[in-house]
Amino acid sequence: MEDHSNKSDFLKLYRDMLLIRRFEEKSAEMYALAKIAGFLHLYIGQEAVAVGCMHAIRPDDYVITSYRDHGHCLARGSEPQKVMAELFGKATGLCKGKGGSMHLIDTERNFMGGYAIVGGHLPLAVGLAFASRYRKEDRVVLCFFGDGAVPGGHTHEAFNLAALWNLPVIFICENNRYGMGTPVEREMLLYKDIAERARAHGIEAEQVDGMDVLAVKELTARVVKKMRKEPQPYFIEASTYRFMGHSMSDPAHGHYRTKEEVGEARKQDPLIFLKTRILQDGLATEADFKQMDNDVIETVTEAVKFGDESPFPEPGALHEDVLVE
Amino acid sequence: MLISYREALNQAMREEMQRDPRVFLIGEEVGYYQGAFKVSKGFVEEFGVERVLDTPITEAGFTGLAIGAAMAGLRPIVELMTFNFGILALDQIVNNAAKIRYMSGGQLSAPMVIRGPGSAAHQLAAQHSQSLEAWFCHVPGLKVIAPATPSDAKGLLKSAIRDENPVIFIEAQLLYGTKGEVAEQDYTLPIGKAAVTRTGSDVTIVAYSKMALLALEAAEALAKEGINAEVIDLRSLKPLDTDTLLESVKKTGRVVIVEEGWEFCGLGAQIAETIYSKGFDLLDGPIVRVAGEEVPMPYARPLEDLAIPDQTRVISAVKDLL
Repeated sequence: MEDHSNKSDFLKLYRDMLLIRRFEEKSAEMYALAKIAGFLHLYIGQEAVAVGCMHAIRPDDYVITSYRDHGHCLARGSEPQKVMAELFGKATGLCKGKGGSMHLIDTERNFMGGYAIVGGHLPLAVGLAFASRYRKEDRVVLCFFGDGAVPGGHTHEAFNLAALWNLPVIFICENNRYGMGTPVEREMLLYKDIAERARAHGIEAEQVDGMDVLAVKELTARVVKKMRKEPQPYFIEASTYRFMGHSMSDPAHGHYRTKEEVGEARKQDPLIFLKTRILQDGLATEADFKQMDNDVIETVTEAVKFGDESPFPEPGALHEDVLVE
Repeated sequence: MLISYREALNQAMREEMQRDPRVFLIGEEVGYYQGAFKVSKGFVEEFGVERVLDTPITEAGFTGLAIGAAMAGLRPIVELMTFNFGILALDQIVNNAAKIRYMSGGQLSAPMVIRGPGSAAHQLAAQHSQSLEAWFCHVPGLKVIAPATPSDAKGLLKSAIRDENPVIFIEAQLLYGTKGEVAEQDYTLPIGKAAVTRTGSDVTIVAYSKMALLALEAAEALAKEGINAEVIDLRSLKPLDTDTLLESVKKTGRVVIVEEGWEFCGLGAQIAETIYSKGFDLLDGPIVRVAGEEVPMPYARPLEDLAIPDQTRVISAVKDLL
């Protein structure tokens, strides 16, 4: 068992999740105000997965994910101002406003991006792991995706190559129970144990409660430690739930799930889960939480201000970065 | 030295792998089998299985892997057994390799070569005989090369491997055994530069890959009838060498474009549009296209022959124009 009694560690985990929560709430607000356009997929409800995983790796490890990527990017340490500016499509954004919500990329943090073709980034993750092994490094790759990516072809080709060549990549399936508006039991026959897909390719796999950030961190840390010495892929199925719609275009509940179901899931809120634990252990008080919330809200408010006040890209940027000249 | 197109490709990759440890070769049967067309002969022995990787038959998977490796700083060469199978990797090529530079705001890039044979060989039927270069040329973020001679194949492949961008390098299956003079010393050829392979004053025949050789043969036949054709081998399809095209049209005033691919939305349409828009006043007549027939490739030999441009069609196109 790893030691979780460290007070600052618990509070840091909580703060990182809270930042995502408040950032996403503000993003939804900005979307309603048309400051953010296009598709916007919120991470609310799933914070424990990204944060738990990110606390278990080194800065030089690679992270890659799908289009629901704000949470992973923030958890990786990207500046909220630059992330918000990217959502606003501004020149000061992480990707100079060229990527947007679904393509956040921050190479300074080896955050290799958000990708918007379901399952399409899994082969890239395997390639990053290949590069690590090719150069005889011990860097690992965290590759996040949803249950919706599991039945797809690119996913299985990636699993097979990673297993065949012993590549150091952790496939983290965030099973939020819906592939867009289709419940997982209507996506695949064998939906109860998604990890079976990985095992079928010879990849060791485990399920974890994706609402428990401590469990996620502990499992990831254990896997990473082994993987650095003995490269081979691993599959983690993190059971989680998105509290909001698939994107801003659909409501949190309606056609495909009930208000009651969402209400029930919200009782498992990962933030409440950790907060309860912290209070129980006497590591912080309600006043401390209030202070932390105020700090985070200020950070997010500053991010919005930065995004709002930043300039749009100049017309000359249109043709920049198509090719390396 | 006189070597084959296949040997030229082999030399180019070998020299670049010796020069740069980041370069590796990945594809179906590129290792122990030495490649379906024996282009990687001797590679696994020289560079080992770490750098010469036999893959399962999963084009999307291994092409995507190579793109990820390129993003992480390696220099992959992906061998597609044929570009027909590249269709399975199209999402990876178009959505990831071609766009990563742009959508990351210049933070990432995918320096790599995706190579293998395209176009028709002999009676391989519909799914193994097609010219898909126009698809790749359509996508911003990719460079596309289709060499016709051993010398061009070697010089351009070396440039493609050293390029900082994803390069689609389309070989012609029927050219692997053809021989030509290749310089002894280390050399590269610039991407984006066409070759005037025959000078003439009456008409410009524009072609690439196998069709560039056909155009030369047609020009020689026309010369016997007193028609002096200039032949341009594009070599690079994207970027397109507009200057060389216009220089030639200035001289001849007439253009015939020969391509093996389908006519509708084919590369010839783009070449013609480029000449019309930038050199309309230089033209003494309409641009004529000779292209593949609008059919999936038939198996039967007489039908296959009809589907692909031949010397007779090129010659009659030129004569009709004059």
